[in-house]
Amino acid sequence: MIEVRWHGRGGQGAVTSVELLAVAAIAAGKYAQGFPSFGPERRGAPVTAFTRIDDKKINVRSGIYEPDVVLVLDSSLIGLVNVIDGLKPGGKLVVNTPKTPDEIRKELNFSGTVATVDGTGIARKEMGVPIANTTMIGALLKVTGVMGLDAMKESVEHRFGRIAQKNLNAMKRAYDEIKISN
Amino acid sequence: MGKRIGMEVAVAVAEAVGLCNIDMAAVYPITPQSHIAEHLSDLVADGKIDAEFVTVESEHSAMSAVIGASGTGARSYTATSSQGLMLMHELLPIASAMRLPITMAIANRAVSGPLNILNDHSDIMPQRDSGWISIFVENAQESIDMSIIAFKIAEHKDVMLPVNINIDGFQLTHMVEPMEMPTQEEVNNFLPPFVPHATLHPAKPVTMGAFAMSDYFTEIMKAKDEALKNSKKVILEVWDEWAKMFGRAYKPVETYMADDAEILMLTMGSMGETAQMAIDELRTKGIKAGLVKLRLWRPFPFEEVKAVVKNAKKLIVTDRAVSFGGPGGPVFSEIKSAFYAEAKRPLIYNYIYGLGGRDVPVNDFTGMFEKVLADTGNKAADTYEFWGVRE
Amino acid sequence: MALKTWRELPIGCVVSEPGSASEYHTGSWRSQRPIWNNQKCIKCGICYVYCPEGCVQQAEDGFFQANMDYCKGCGICSHECWPRAISMVEEG
Repeated sequence: MIEVRWHGRGGQGAVTSVELLAVAAIAAGKYAQGFPSFGPERRGAPVTAFTRIDDKKINVRSGIYEPDVVLVLDSSLIGLVNVIDGLKPGGKLVVNTPKTPDEIRKELNFSGTVATVDGTGIARKEMGVPIANTTMIGALLKVTGVMGLDAMKESVEHRFGRIAQKNLNAMKRAYDEIKISN
Repeated sequence: MGKRIGMEVAVAVAEAVGLCNIDMAAVYPITPQSHIAEHLSDLVADGKIDAEFVTVESEHSAMSAVIGASGTGARSYTATSSQGLMLMHELLPIASAMRLPITMAIANRAVSGPLNILNDHSDIMPQRDSGWISIFVENAQESIDMSIIAFKIAEHKDVMLPVNINIDGFQLTHMVEPMEMPTQEEVNNFLPPFVPHATLHPAKPVTMGAFAMSDYFTEIMKAKDEALKNSKKVILEVWDEWAKMFGRAYKPVETYMADDAEILMLTMGSMGETAQMAIDELRTKGIKAGLVKLRLWRPFPFEEVKAVVKNAKKLIVTDRAVSFGGPGGPVFSEIKSAFYAEAKRPLIYNYIYGLGGRDVPVNDFTGMFEKVLADTGNKAADTYEFWGVRE
Repeated sequence: MALKTWRELPIGCVVSEPGSASEYHTGSWRSQRPIWNNQKCIKCGICYVYCPEGCVQQAEDGFFQANMDYCKGCGICSHECWPRAISMVEEG
């Protein structure tokens, strides 16, 4: 089972991302859970959202305390929130930032695997809006290898209709351009 | 065969209810039920289902509206949580007294004060005496299955009672997880049309909800009690029919590794699945732990509960609500009452946990087992404790 | 009439005889009755409107009287009558 914790701000689409991922994983025949941190949610406030994906039935329903992967949608949260709290030894950190993995590693004093990609920049280019949530799904899929990009097609099209293709393009760019450093 | 899909549970519940050919719904939104209200109103507004969606100004009006509608013979639905259910409280015994087969989803949420929007069972527990059939679900599949099954149980000519389905708020309602959504054809084959016992129709006028004096009140209450007790037979039959049609069998009490268990835990709602993982862990350590999951809350399945506890020496009842200044957990007091007259009964412990949405990871469950096992002098038996409270 | 057992009760205690309340003649509670003086009555209908029992009826000739099966002698019709056409008189 893979457990991912997403860090974002309310309104950036972290919850949408975990839902899309879960729907896609289930459609691909896997078991999945996608859920937000539960609490008052308002635009701009730090939020967390969670993904669990497994090939067998997932029984645990509690929160994720020791994620395999942490994904930071908004890098301004670094320093504000302890984003690597509980990250398993050998776990991976994925950050939406134009900075390099080494720079992030120094910032966080973290010695594990770091992957960075300028998701917001890609989203701006491909979709015209700086909303990187679907873009970063591409990053996550590359880092974890849990599913192929094509698994996302149906759930993204169902959710986004006319603008689905732009989201998928941005997702593919993040998948291709992400820098992973061990 | 239904398609295996991932969907948010609350939205899926609305979809499932949408398959049931309802005539009317009055659903006042409240967190965490709101996605049920929103999606159901979408289905009506988009013309996907042919029903009257009555927008009301409070939950009290929502329950009043479904009572009135059900009285005319309309298949009626509502949903609520927490304070909304508390607002409905004065009407719940009226709905059951009038024998109206309303079904309601309750997205279980803590009752104020202080204000809390997260999951526990303090909203449903005060409704124990309302005369409704009450069922708890554990996961997405059960949430949608029971939402459909509820209508068949409620409307059965030997039942004619309202039914509430308890779905852990946020924990379940806001979770995207896999489920198999039955097809419209399958639901049509399962659910017959609603044949009311009486209707408010000008052509054949009746009075519903009349006044009764003390010379009749006792007999009327006895009749209601008997109706609720007798509904269990029908509930089991309907669950059997569902199993034959869909391959998913439901029982009033479910168990996990309980047969040879020496120490058992009882859960209700979605916590059961997490508790299962604790059982697995304890078993690898050689501890004969088992789990009892209470699905049917009212009518209380006394026989089934007694039967599954068998030879266990200790039973840990977990509660997600408190009866302040009273016997502790409400489920605890009912389980104790079930065993009172038994010659052979386990030592019953009570942990009150998961209040106001406090997360309960697997190691909390293993911790509870370990603590009870360590109580070799049985000093903590028969008492209740707030698990994990900061002293 | 013997009281019903719990088994004999209709489901939901539905009362299926419409208007059965009319079997109970509340007029038996009366200690005073209203008497109309039709010389003074202006046929305004206020007594009809105000009667809490709904038992004041208008006759063919347009004047009013109370249905003695239900009139409880509350005196409201007399109190409200503008021309003071209604007087309350002791029963028996």
